[in-house]
Amino acid sequence: MDVLFSLGQGILVALEPLNLGLAILGVVVGLFVGAMPGLGSVNGVAILLPFTFVIQQMTGSATSPMIFLAAIYYGAMYGGAISSITLGIPGASTAVATTFDGRPMALQGRADRALVTAAVASFVGGTIANILFTAFAPPLAFVALKFGDPEIFALMLLAFATFVGLGGDDIPKTIFSICFGLVLATVGFDIISGEPRLLFFEVQGENLIPGLNAVNWFSRGIQFLVLAIGVYGIGEMIWTINSSRDGVKMSEVNVSFSRIMASIRNFPEAWKGTTIGSLLGFFVGILPAAGATPGSLMSYGVAKMTSRNPQEYGKGAVDGVAAPEAANNSASTGAMLPMMTLGIPGSPTTAVLLAGMVIWGLQPGPALFAEQPDFVWPLIGSFYISNVVALLVNLAFIPLFLWMLRMPFTILAPLIFVLSLVGVYAAYQNIYDVWLMVIIGFAAFFLRMLDYPLAPAVLAIVLGPIAEPKLRQSLLFSDGSFDIFFTRPIAAPITIIALILLFLPLLKLIRDKLRGS
Amino acid sequence: MSLTKRTFAGLAAAAVMAFGMGQTATAGSHAFEPSKPIDFVIMAGKGGGADKMARLMQSIIEQEGLSSRPVVPTNKPGGSGAEALVHLNSATDPDHTIMVTLNSFFTTPLRQPGLGVDIMTFAPIGRMAEDTFLLWVHKDEGITSFDQFVEEAKSRGSGWVMGGTGKNSEDNIITDHLNATFGLDIKYIPYKGGGEVAKQLAGQQITSSVNNPSEALGFYESGDVIPLVAFTDERLALFPDVPTLKETGNDFSYFMQRAVVGAPGMSDEALGYYNNLFQQVFETDAWQEYRTKKALLGAKIEGDELRAYWETQRNRHEGILKASGAIN
Repeated sequence: MDVLFSLGQGILVALEPLNLGLAILGVVVGLFVGAMPGLGSVNGVAILLPFTFVIQQMTGSATSPMIFLAAIYYGAMYGGAISSITLGIPGASTAVATTFDGRPMALQGRADRALVTAAVASFVGGTIANILFTAFAPPLAFVALKFGDPEIFALMLLAFATFVGLGGDDIPKTIFSICFGLVLATVGFDIISGEPRLLFFEVQGENLIPGLNAVNWFSRGIQFLVLAIGVYGIGEMIWTINSSRDGVKMSEVNVSFSRIMASIRNFPEAWKGTTIGSLLGFFVGILPAAGATPGSLMSYGVAKMTSRNPQEYGKGAVDGVAAPEAANNSASTGAMLPMMTLGIPGSPTTAVLLAGMVIWGLQPGPALFAEQPDFVWPLIGSFYISNVVALLVNLAFIPLFLWMLRMPFTILAPLIFVLSLVGVYAAYQNIYDVWLMVIIGFAAFFLRMLDYPLAPAVLAIVLGPIAEPKLRQSLLFSDGSFDIFFTRPIAAPITIIALILLFLPLLKLIRDKLRGS
Repeated sequence: MSLTKRTFAGLAAAAVMAFGMGQTATAGSHAFEPSKPIDFVIMAGKGGGADKMARLMQSIIEQEGLSSRPVVPTNKPGGSGAEALVHLNSATDPDHTIMVTLNSFFTTPLRQPGLGVDIMTFAPIGRMAEDTFLLWVHKDEGITSFDQFVEEAKSRGSGWVMGGTGKNSEDNIITDHLNATFGLDIKYIPYKGGGEVAKQLAGQQITSSVNNPSEALGFYESGDVIPLVAFTDERLALFPDVPTLKETGNDFSYFMQRAVVGAPGMSDEALGYYNNLFQQVFETDAWQEYRTKKALLGAKIEGDELRAYWETQRNRHEGILKASGAIN
């Protein structure tokens, strides 16, 4: 009851005209920042952090500026889906999984359905996460602490397994794709030993490839968005140009109020993906070091795996849009939990929010809820409000987004190209990353010609850098013994499930062979 | 993106002045003015002491309107700072590239001569503080004194696990010292940053840490972790009941430099500008309060004095790394 009372009061504060206005403004800003390829919530909150100091000086409290930043965070999670669906370029790293099925839906003339599904799934995911946050923040923080290195590695293994153990795709090619992503993920400096890896300049500063300044190219590692935008922006564009050589294919777009209403009414068809995304996203979000991007990718994998029609995934499955979108919103609320209760950011965006809270004179950590209820509850209240605002704003803008799809591909292709270049540059401010992205785009095209699935490579480059240090830290604990993954109460069941999923296709293959002979 | 940033920074600055609470930038008297956003590199991951401090400095600069161009923090945690050092060493615009450093500023170039980094070529903008280290354990261990710690760690051998922030990092150096001096066999496991180490200790995934106060404070205040000993010369005002290692009879203290440096090749005018900028940051109430709250020590030094300090520290670390066998 106490919680409900505090929450009610918090919501009332969040509904005060200034706070509500800031929430609406934040959501709109976030929506556009999220929709711009390369710019994500982290850029939005970082750019607008200085603006919040003005708000703080006006109001004298930390609540209003935090509500504003949280609204941007939310808005960006909704916005990321927009360019994923309409242009096929992920608007933000958190929306990469949304392109898998969102883009095919748009090409089939179901862009409105995809956008509505994304918006409503985001709303449901956000709301479920808010309720979990409100009710269980302190105990969940405890659970997050109990997730040590072996547990997180086991979880990552499970994520990989969901991508391998799926029927339909060519298994050896899927594994190749994962390994390709993992190799790309190891480029750069090793976190644990500090040694350079695959940099081509380790021999006392001499370049192994003459004339190539490898330091500039690879010392930062291969960034995730470089691969994702290369694959889905450039690679996809070349693919479309190649496959539509005779006559340009345009996606059909019909915008009408009744179609949008019908999409909303039909949303419950995506209940399964939404539920998986909401719960899994939240859980992955609260684990420090993970965040919304792995959350959405894992939710997509699990949704596909548990689906009755996994072969529809990647070809325009509604659940394939709902799962990652519910997950990224849910995870972004989840990531607030370790930030506020432990003082540890679960995602890059929450790291910026944490910095904001410190300068506003708050000490995020285990004591925040007890000592600063006047800050915490209005903020949580504003999560609920922002979520409703984001849904309404997003639905209202859908006709505008659909209009983008009406552009003929002859205009759209150069636009995608420019947005991809600008997006990668905006994200990392490094021209070498832009070149790398273009090269990867061409490589992706050829791999696709040879029927290699590329989503697993994208998954690997996100999860690889999380999984690898966790594996090595675990093995340091156990003096190199793999028993550690099978003897700990939480890690063991996760590892075993992951291994079963990994070997399921092999068992099926053997069974089929036996039956055949 | 820079345009938007500039617009908003301008907007914020204008609004601050409009409300009559802002301080106008006093840097106008210098010849150099940044002409684009300043690349502010953090040679560590998110959530650790260096990260929190860098973002606080950025916030202070933005809030007080000290710079006409935004300061943009980027984390480059790779390779115990190697990624960040290489980035600065190859900076195309040294006048707009600055970095907040840890002690990996000394150790990483020593361990990896292949990087081609000479720290004496970096521009000495200002040492903002020296951070302190304490030994922390989880309260459920039931250990309340350093002697008890030594006894318990000895009996558990390599079952006692210290979490730290990278191989041969500050934390590793202190751990090696404890192992060598007290005949312990503590196992050292490197993590991405001090924030993650703090979390691992609070969740009892590891048995001890040597976090900075700023990293462990949250869990200290909640009662989850307790400090046993400080690696300082005198007791810290924030922890008056925690003895120093020196009091236990072992003459060892260790600090972390919290300095801001400029990329090699930075012009003297730009160096003068940043000297002044960070002096102003240092003098703000927000910074002074942070110093007190997070038990930071060390005077503010800059220029040749800072270079001399680097020389001493580099020599000391060379000795430490040679003794531990990390370098020849």
